[in-house]
Amino acid sequence: MMIDRRHIGHALPAFTVPVEAGRLRFFAKATGNTDAVYIDEAAARDAGHPNLPVPPTFLFCLEMEAPDPAALRTLLGIDYRRILHGEQQFAYHAMAFAGDMLRFEPRIADIYDKKGGALEFVRRETRVTNQHAALVAELTCLTVVRNG
Amino acid sequence: MAEPRFDELTAGAELPPLACEPISRLTLALYCGASGDHNPIHVDIDFAREAGMDDVFAHGMLPMAYLARLLTGWVPQAALCSLKARFVSITHVGDQLTCRATVAEKLADRQVRLELSVRDQSGIEKLAGEAVVALR
Repeated sequence: MMIDRRHIGHALPAFTVPVEAGRLRFFAKATGNTDAVYIDEAAARDAGHPNLPVPPTFLFCLEMEAPDPAALRTLLGIDYRRILHGEQQFAYHAMAFAGDMLRFEPRIADIYDKKGGALEFVRRETRVTNQHAALVAELTCLTVVRNG
Repeated sequence: MAEPRFDELTAGAELPPLACEPISRLTLALYCGASGDHNPIHVDIDFAREAGMDDVFAHGMLPMAYLARLLTGWVPQAALCSLKARFVSITHVGDQLTCRATVAEKLADRQVRLELSVRDQSGIEKLAGEAVVALR
């Protein structure tokens, strides 16, 4: 069954996530990042940062901290066994750091299909702002749904 | 390391590649925990087999994090304007990934567009992407 196109433009619930230093160190370890700027507060400060920086792709991980990470799939009625992460984009406006409180505002930007409906695509766009209401980044996640 | 300068770069120039450690099951477990993406298909072989896969496999965002490492090893992160990736194929346990970036074009405002690629030990492409970086 095709995803209902009336959901295009729908805003998913916004949420706020604290950036924790311990998570950033764990992420650095998990991604093999030995750059001291991402592990050691003193090195981060020496590099001009107020605290450990959020590395470029970790914003996607923070977006998964939504109170209901399945909100999009539930709304659209998608079985998660049929979905693939097709593309991910980040547009950066300001860096984020440990101690920040980041607000995520996701919305369904588009739903379309290819190959006569065999593949459907859901594009989610998320605005991320910090505790000073400054724009940090815009995330775009393209999910592919395999039908049949 | 000295920061790259806009005036000294030409289209076609290659950044120093990033050769990653082989992907192990521990790598997948650590990324599962650290990323917060607890989809069992990446860490639970029983679940993966029931889903029709031969084995667990890496999150697409793991090689994308490696690409980000290549970039933040080249310029300070504040220089990064955008990053995008298309997930081309699955990364398997044991794969040894190499991340590469090439200057595709020089843009206005001292920015450069980089073409990005992650390939395994056999040259199979896992991720294709691009980034825009603002240089001095």
